[in-house]
Amino acid sequence: MAHLLEVTDLNVWFTSPGRPDVHAVRGASLALNSQERVGLVGESGCGKSTTILAMMGLLPSSAVVSGQVLLDEKDILANGDQSMRPHRWRDLAMVFQGAMNAFNPVRRVSMQIADAIAVRRGLARRDARQRAHELLEMVGIPRGRMDGYPHEFSGGMRQRAAIALALACEPRVLLADEPTTALDVMVQAQIMELLQRLCHEQGLALILVSHDLPLVAQVCERINVMYAGEVVEQGSVDQLYDQPRHPYTRLLLAATPDLDSEEELASIPGTPPRLDRPVVGCPFRPRCDQAFDRCRHEPPLLKPVGQGQAAACHLNDHPAPPAAPDSGQDTKVEASGRTDGTA
Amino acid sequence: MIPVEQPALVETFDEDPAPAVSASPARQLWRTVRHSPSASIGAGLLLVLILVAILAPVIAPFGPNTQAGAPFTPPSARHLLGLDDGGYDVLSLLMYGLRVSLLVGFAATLISSLVGTVVGIVAGYFGGFVDGLFMRVTDYFLVIPLLPFMIVVADVWGANLLHIIVVIGALSWTMTAVVIRAQARTIRERTFVRRAQAMGAGHTRIIARHLLPQVMPLVVANTVLNISYAIFTETALAFLGLGDPTQISLGTMIEHAFLRADISEGAWWAVIPPGALVAIIVIACSLLGRAIEDSLNPRLRTAHLSARVFRVRPTRPRNPGRTG
Amino acid sequence: MALLEITELMKYHQRPRGLVQTLLRQPAEAVHAVDDVSFTVDKGEMLALVGESGCGKTTTAQTILRLLDPGAGTIRFRDEDITTFSQRRLRSLRRQMQIVYQDPYESLDPRLRVGQSIEEPLQIHGIGQSARERRALVTQVLARVDLTPPGLYIDRYPHELSGGQRQRVAIAAALAVQPQLLIADEPVSMLDVSVRAGIMNLLRGLCRSDGMGILMITHDLAIAGHFADRIAVMYLGRVVEIGDAREVLRNPKHPYTQALCDVAPRHRRTGRSAGLRILGGEPADAASIPSGCRFRTRCPKAEDRCSAEDPQLRQMPGRPAGHQAACLLADQW
Repeated sequence: MAHLLEVTDLNVWFTSPGRPDVHAVRGASLALNSQERVGLVGESGCGKSTTILAMMGLLPSSAVVSGQVLLDEKDILANGDQSMRPHRWRDLAMVFQGAMNAFNPVRRVSMQIADAIAVRRGLARRDARQRAHELLEMVGIPRGRMDGYPHEFSGGMRQRAAIALALACEPRVLLADEPTTALDVMVQAQIMELLQRLCHEQGLALILVSHDLPLVAQVCERINVMYAGEVVEQGSVDQLYDQPRHPYTRLLLAATPDLDSEEELASIPGTPPRLDRPVVGCPFRPRCDQAFDRCRHEPPLLKPVGQGQAAACHLNDHPAPPAAPDSGQDTKVEASGRTDGTA
Repeated sequence: MIPVEQPALVETFDEDPAPAVSASPARQLWRTVRHSPSASIGAGLLLVLILVAILAPVIAPFGPNTQAGAPFTPPSARHLLGLDDGGYDVLSLLMYGLRVSLLVGFAATLISSLVGTVVGIVAGYFGGFVDGLFMRVTDYFLVIPLLPFMIVVADVWGANLLHIIVVIGALSWTMTAVVIRAQARTIRERTFVRRAQAMGAGHTRIIARHLLPQVMPLVVANTVLNISYAIFTETALAFLGLGDPTQISLGTMIEHAFLRADISEGAWWAVIPPGALVAIIVIACSLLGRAIEDSLNPRLRTAHLSARVFRVRPTRPRNPGRTG
Repeated sequence: MALLEITELMKYHQRPRGLVQTLLRQPAEAVHAVDDVSFTVDKGEMLALVGESGCGKTTTAQTILRLLDPGAGTIRFRDEDITTFSQRRLRSLRRQMQIVYQDPYESLDPRLRVGQSIEEPLQIHGIGQSARERRALVTQVLARVDLTPPGLYIDRYPHELSGGQRQRVAIAAALAVQPQLLIADEPVSMLDVSVRAGIMNLLRGLCRSDGMGILMITHDLAIAGHFADRIAVMYLGRVVEIGDAREVLRNPKHPYTQALCDVAPRHRRTGRSAGLRILGGEPADAASIPSGCRFRTRCPKAEDRCSAEDPQLRQMPGRPAGHQAACLLADQW
């Protein structure tokens, strides 16, 4: 089945003179079907924002990209900016991190949206204004407030306006990068509800990038977990929550607070590997409680482990707990075996 | 969950001695100068000029009071820049003049930077009434016109180097004060300063330990720019006849060139070099000062996200087994 | 005797007037940042002050520390009324009340090494007779916050550390003077999820082992539920519900608390969409608080009498002692 959007083996290096390249994205792959909502989850520095910026071709000139971004099976990354440009905002639209602060403070919000529409779609001023009003209404901004200035909008309203801007050209895919980070929990819930409704009404596909796993689980059907520049696990929300097949996913879930649960919250000691040096073996090994010898030398590949679920972990190759624990000065292996219960 | 043993944490530190961003301000400054071509040129020029000025008595081919030949002699192998209206070697005069100009420039800047920084920090840190008071004083000094003031001083107390230095210093500290005050106000609001206050630190400690180090780079940038301003001002005053008559500075050289018929005699070698040298000093200071200023403001350095042309590396043949 | 006792605390800001307003001599708007707040914090207890932005929780903390001057009300610390103490008198008290800030990237002076940052409070309060003694104390406290071996950290600059490590340094600096009260302002909200539990466990451990009282400010109800002993929920400058953490989160009585519980993260999604109480709109402007119950404009259960009467905190009938809520209608559910 053809995916609407497919990213294959995406690599991004950030170069700077006199310093080693930072390999921010190291072979990330993900797929998005039409009208599907997919989450991209990870902690700071894992490369999730860089990945979607690469998908939009919005990386700075110090970036080097390789890999494929297939939109309707056509690689739009092949010729760099040239091949990306026609699709930007038309097929793929993005709500940036901090988009709500990116409005011009001396121009009315509706005007700013109208400007973008007029330029992009070549509409006359009046038509552009009308379309802007329609969009703002669609995202839930009351009629009377639409023509206000950004400082007259609350944080939540500005974020809605940013979403409206992204939808101006009726894209097929919406990429949202941490759309609710600076907002209150109540407003966050409102925005998430809005995104869900919009996707349903407009037939949009969504990629939601966030560090907040439960938030993403609320809105998305599938989740990709990123660590150290690669996707380490993919699956439906239920699969990930019930049967995580990568230790990072499992530990992340154990570290995420849950209002219902009495269990102790876990924390993951250590820090992610530096990406300005080559990573040897599995990038999660130093922090993993189930690492063994193979993990030291061989990087695990993202492989299917069930119906629609994939993980990049050597443990999935072994039906039983490994006999020989890692003999280095490294982490001790839990003799209890894997926690996912698969045979 | 079994906690990870110690070695794992050690792994996350790199052991190489030079961290990505050096914390020491001197180190940072040095880095800036090294990596920026304009800063290197500016710093290099200034260094050369300072050396020449210091070593003038040693390297100048002729003394400042030695008449080496007939007036208005054009440049030759013996006198690279010829002789001026009094028969003095222009090149030697240039070196001696440089000494005086630089001396006045540095000394006046020392005064203006010191006073300006103190006023700026006190006004910016304390705010409120103190800020208001200091800023009114600053406003007062700001409007005193340089020329009439210098004329009055020259008339009443005489025009000598010391007076010139004091006048320039006294009227230019205001620029520094305003800039430093703005910076001090910003730093004052930063979390680590608020935290020091919450901890119970007194004003002196906060200013000395937290505020001053953050402000220093700006002070340095500002000082360098002030030097060029001071030298230029001295040149202007000397040109207008308000300089010290007993000293040769670059300004007095230009003044003499104008007053003593050098131009009508066609002796360009006596007119252009001093002016050019002042211009070079000002350019050198500006290059260095601006580069330092730019390095202080990270936002100026980093390009914001804009749709740029990024490079696409052709997809390499897949590593065996690397799956999508 | 409670370690910290706040009674009817008020703090109003003046909103700066625009040019036109000034010329027309219109009075400045008073923002009711903290509007009649009362609670206690005991030794060895962690109280979480929960609410959205603008509810007044940070202003409350700053007022308690006397970084802001209270408008009205009393602050009692160790049974001493410190409300009107001069800044000079407060200096010595500051040793006993320390604060840890939200932003680990901004709260440490980037020019000071870790050891120097931690040593500073020791120097300020005259603890330790010599540099060597102070360094030993610094080493000790680094070990307490699990930055071991201390020698590895003591001479680093903050930019060489991760966010979680920096926060531990900030906590170490606060601990160095052995305070009795620690105020933690959103201590983990800027940290990655995987390190939050570590920091929170550290803080809770300090409560237990040192008998320190901790006032934790957070917007994250789940973190509060996991680690705090008691919770106080604030809305528009007023405490609307207070009580034992588990109790309040299992049986929220104030509609605002109920709404917050609904949108808080839960692992099980089943049945979430049905009956999810996402409140519309945003908190009212703190300069124009609704008459009667300040929550009534967003309350899904408001009735007529809610606009007439301003509810006070009262013990919830049938619930354990100490569980109070400020709602006229709470008896119904």
